Amino acid sequence: MSDTHAQSVAFVRETALPPAEPPVAERGVYKWGRENLFATWPNALLTVAAIYVIYLVLAAVLPWLLNGIWNAPSLTACREILDGQTGGCFAVLVDRWNQLLFGFKYPSELYWRPTLAFVLLFVAVAPVLFFDLPRKLLILTLLYPFVAYWLIWGGTIWIPVMALVGFGVGYYVYTLLVQRSFAAGFFGGIAAAVAVFYAAGFIVPMLAPANPLLPAVPSRDLGGFMLNMMLGVTCVSLSLPIGIALALGRQSSMPLIKIVCVVFIEFIRGVPLITLLFVASVMLAYFFPPESQVDLFLRVVIMITMFSSAYIAEVIRGGLAALPKGQYEAGDSLGLDYAQAMRLIILPQALKISIPGIVNIAVGLFKDTTLVSVISMFDLVGMIRGPILASTDWNGVYWELLGFAALLFFVVCYGISQYSQWLERRLATDHR
Amino acid sequence: MTTLTDPPRESFRLSMLLYDTRYRSLTFQAIALLLLIVAIAFLANNLVSNLAAQDLNISFSFLSSPAGYDINQTLIDYNSQSSNLRAAWVGILNTLLVAVLACLTATVFGVLAGVLRLSKNWLVRKLMAFYVEIFRNIPVLIWIIIIFTIMTAVMPAPTAFRGDDPASSMVLDSIAFTNRGVYIPGPHFSRGFGADGNGALNWLIVIAVLVGSFFATRMVTARANAAQEATGVRPNTLWLNLAIWFVPIIGVLAIMGLYWDMPTLSGFNFSGGIKIGGPLIALWFALSIYTGAFIAENVRAGIQAVSRGQTEAASALGLRPKRVMSLVVLPQALRVIIPPLISQYLNITKNSSLAIAVGYADITATLGGITLNQTGRAIECVLLLMLFYLIISLLISAVMNVYNSSMKLKER
Repeated sequence: MSDTHAQSVAFVRETALPPAEPPVAERGVYKWGRENLFATWPNALLTVAAIYVIYLVLAAVLPWLLNGIWNAPSLTACREILDGQTGGCFAVLVDRWNQLLFGFKYPSELYWRPTLAFVLLFVAVAPVLFFDLPRKLLILTLLYPFVAYWLIWGGTIWIPVMALVGFGVGYYVYTLLVQRSFAAGFFGGIAAAVAVFYAAGFIVPMLAPANPLLPAVPSRDLGGFMLNMMLGVTCVSLSLPIGIALALGRQSSMPLIKIVCVVFIEFIRGVPLITLLFVASVMLAYFFPPESQVDLFLRVVIMITMFSSAYIAEVIRGGLAALPKGQYEAGDSLGLDYAQAMRLIILPQALKISIPGIVNIAVGLFKDTTLVSVISMFDLVGMIRGPILASTDWNGVYWELLGFAALLFFVVCYGISQYSQWLERRLATDHR
Repeated sequence: MTTLTDPPRESFRLSMLLYDTRYRSLTFQAIALLLLIVAIAFLANNLVSNLAAQDLNISFSFLSSPAGYDINQTLIDYNSQSSNLRAAWVGILNTLLVAVLACLTATVFGVLAGVLRLSKNWLVRKLMAFYVEIFRNIPVLIWIIIIFTIMTAVMPAPTAFRGDDPASSMVLDSIAFTNRGVYIPGPHFSRGFGADGNGALNWLIVIAVLVGSFFATRMVTARANAAQEATGVRPNTLWLNLAIWFVPIIGVLAIMGLYWDMPTLSGFNFSGGIKIGGPLIALWFALSIYTGAFIAENVRAGIQAVSRGQTEAASALGLRPKRVMSLVVLPQALRVIIPPLISQYLNITKNSSLAIAVGYADITATLGGITLNQTGRAIECVLLLMLFYLIISLLISAVMNVYNSSMKLKER
């Protein structure tokens, strides 16, 4: 058999041929295109239709975008420069940039304050969003609300300082009492904090200087995209603890607490946000003591927080219900009481499951902050529809302004949803 | 041997209210009830003293007084002398109108986009992902305003349709897109019932005929199933069904003399036909494409939730791809798709309250807008408004619960 060797036959190849390239139709861009774009006749038609749609959109948008005018004092001047050609008047964005971001009443020499607060927001949020950062940075997060309040509203520094002292005293009392029982620590802490706040009501007016370091800015002067950001951040962060409490209350075995939570959640979820904003603008003031002055911003924050906490409660309830019953029983069999079992076993897992839902609610809520323009607050949309489009200079510049608003919201919301997907992958501890 | 006896009954001590789990929940609930009562009393007391200070009271008598304002788009008879209650009814019907229209079109957009997102075609897949991301991440209010701006600022004025060489022309000679709204042909009956042959009775007859056809086709299908069970051969029902659907309705419409009233240009505006106002179009279309993006994600998730094994098993049984889809994948996918779909319908209904931003006369704009501002009855108007939306939400949730319990996996 094996007597065929090089000497007895004319030619034997001793090395393997290098593999030939596949045919042109079976490789590279051809193969990909054939499989992904032109697999069947209907598929090819779909591709052509899609290309046509893309062409239509680009043909409309690109000249407008590329041929845009960025420097002109008014729409008529802009149209003169364009001279009949297609092009956007993006000059309105340059001209009214500060109004779009800060509203039209915020003192222009103080713009650095909200800007600084916005930059600090990233510092404060970073340790919450990314666990790899040192835990000590969380102190910055805890300090942030007080600093941001002082920066944006200004006025005497003693208000945020006393608020901080109140929380500090409350926390100290909590640590003292929590060894005895969680409930004692919890309620003792709250009582201590409230006592400090009450005392602060008398102390602050005495300490307040006539000319504070940062001049005070009233809430009604806030506006623009800053207002959307403030409402979004404040209401989401306030509604998280309330939402957790409501979700636990709805799961509670005590009938009274359960009924109260169910009625609250279902009522809020059954009505549109806009009716709640009506409540804030025309009705809520009737429910405060007659002599009190609660400004519109605070009333809106209260109503939006109620709104989002009901939705967050439902998401967290889903997370609680998704946990196997064994986890609850394990907590009981270890001898943990309710507060310990919730804090150490149930909530960490339930919150982890709920993260995508909570982020969805947060994104939805941030988008819904534009609704405040309906009750004549001048947020980004309110600024565009009100002062800017109504001015004689820029009457008629719809697409540039609305496109800018859409772009801002898209960037923020898309960014948040991408973060949520990253976090989901990061937290996936089940090895699938 | 010792006998076990019950430990001696502890007598009740006050500390057991806090430390005994049997009584502790009672203590907590009593405290909660007390706090609740105090809170409600505090709010009610504030309300009463505030109202007294401003010399106001709570009364719903404003509902029967004349509204005093006009509404441009009404489904029922209404003029400015009608009562505020009538205006609220107009608003309710307008809300329901735009909600139903938007639910239908949003479902169409959503299912289309959701299925196309799973297409084998790369370009179409990416295009649909782009659509979904763009529309989900931009507030619906901005979309409503953008489409409203298109309707009012881009569409030609009715005068552009005039002259021998008009700047704009009607689509198919029957639909006119103008900045005052869209004019479409309106159906009328020349030999119908009611005043000048156009009473509501005509439409009831048409609906009755369609419902009759529906049940007749159900019966035909049932008989075909029975025949298939008995003989193994399914009789062809296609032509019979088509006849049942089309012959009666065409006959009835012909007897009543259906004709189309075309919109025509007279003077500076169109007359005849049906006018769909710009605000309605803006709201309808914006809610449809916005919610469509969410529905697309639900549809995609639902189809992907059916495991591949199901498709493969069906193929192994010898079912053709079309039947795999209709008999195996869709029934299982629908179980996943429909509950979120219904809650999207609920969202559409609630988001339709944004009508107030573009001046569409829904319940929020009539009762919560003009009536509230004219009468100053803030508390009453907002309460009624909330009550209406609450009822709608509870109805939709009830439908969802019925559906969920009927579709629950029957486990044995």
